[in-house]
Amino acid sequence: MSSLNKNTFLRSLMFYLPTIFLFLSVLNEIDLNYLEIEYFSFNFVYILIFYWTLKNPYYLSYGSIFLAGLINDVVTGIPIGISSFCYLLICAVTAYLRNITLSPNFINDWISLLFTILLVNSIQVMSLDLIFSIDVSYMRYFINSGFTFVFYPLFLFLFNNLEKKIKIQKND
Amino acid sequence: MASSRDDFVIAIRSAFLKKSYQQKFSLLTLIFSSLVILLLGSFNFKAVNYLKIGINEVVYRSSYIVSIPENYIKNLNVKLKVHLNLYEIYKKNELQLNDLKKKKLTNEFLELENKKLRELINESIQSKDIYAKVIVDKNSPYLKSIILNKGSKNNVKLGMAIVDDIYLVGKIIEVNYTNSRALLLSDLNSKIPVLIEPFDIHAVLSGTGQNHGVIEYTKEDYLEEIDDKEIIVYTSGYGGLFKSGLPVGKTIQKNETKKNVVSFFSDFRQLDYVKIVSYEIGSGN
Repeated sequence: MSSLNKNTFLRSLMFYLPTIFLFLSVLNEIDLNYLEIEYFSFNFVYILIFYWTLKNPYYLSYGSIFLAGLINDVVTGIPIGISSFCYLLICAVTAYLRNITLSPNFINDWISLLFTILLVNSIQVMSLDLIFSIDVSYMRYFINSGFTFVFYPLFLFLFNNLEKKIKIQKND
Repeated sequence: MASSRDDFVIAIRSAFLKKSYQQKFSLLTLIFSSLVILLLGSFNFKAVNYLKIGINEVVYRSSYIVSIPENYIKNLNVKLKVHLNLYEIYKKNELQLNDLKKKKLTNEFLELENKKLRELINESIQSKDIYAKVIVDKNSPYLKSIILNKGSKNNVKLGMAIVDDIYLVGKIIEVNYTNSRALLLSDLNSKIPVLIEPFDIHAVLSGTGQNHGVIEYTKEDYLEEIDDKEIIVYTSGYGGLFKSGLPVGKTIQKNETKKNVVSFFSDFRQLDYVKIVSYEIGSGN
């Protein structure tokens, strides 16, 4: 009986793992989006949202992405709503890609990610700099976009393995 | 041609409006909600401000709790480094101590003299100190700030100075009921009036988004006067926000190209406890 309970708990934990990762990364003090290494940073949240909403939106709901965006704005101190909007734009692109793609292809996804990051970061920079008059470093955004794009295959591999494990747990 | 346009419209409509995969909200609703929040927030709409304060209260505490394991590891790493460099630190401290002992004697005299002179012109500076713990110091590419565990409940007000020991660190930019946010001097948007000593030149110290600041808006020939001398940057007290004479940082020496770069005295990455201070400068005139 206890093993059955344990199994159910583990299964639901695995199911919510992408959501847990999302909230941990916006709440935690270690921000991969801002590592104290010069000329190196990448946006883990963008990769996470892009992968899970493209491959399997069943595990990451739009509502939780919206909430995570609000939390991220509060923690990083930028005008509330910007991150939510940017995260949801990624979701919009992935939803569109899902609708037009018959056979998923890694290269197409990767290039789409580059397009998405550039779009989202441009919107974010424009709104912060021009509308809210918050000084931002354009170079940092550029580097961040580059590394986010470069690191996607690595996280794709990790998330693919995780997804397989979640599916195995689900089918057990 | 028409059919490909139809396909595009169908794909867009489906992406934005369809609540697939057991989603509770459609994308369009959420995007619209975030835009509304963003717009109302920029107009200082009261409801959004209350929502923000509510979220702040919960999120700052949650962030503190979530970061406990990571902070423990970070502190452990710092402790280990200190242990490994114990001898070197001891030698450096010994030299510093001797130097400071000499300076202390001069300082005591100057302090007394300063006090007498202030009494003479009937000027008094009263400060109110509130000790606060840094609960979150999440680095962000947009904002260099820290969250403190004291808020309006403890009489914290906007614009109050944040001091680490005796060094200026930043100022309060957001106050919630039980916590507040302080903008660090290293933030791109931070600009404070300073005095460059020993040349007695007024300038503005701007943040760079990195762990140092730059001196701006001053006469350019001061750079030639510096040479190899170490210059110390203090607050000038202009604007009445901070009292004059709070140490901020010193120039990075022997680097021709970096003469206007200021290294802060306080290490903003290692802040645990700080003082929130407000100054009242009284004059008998």
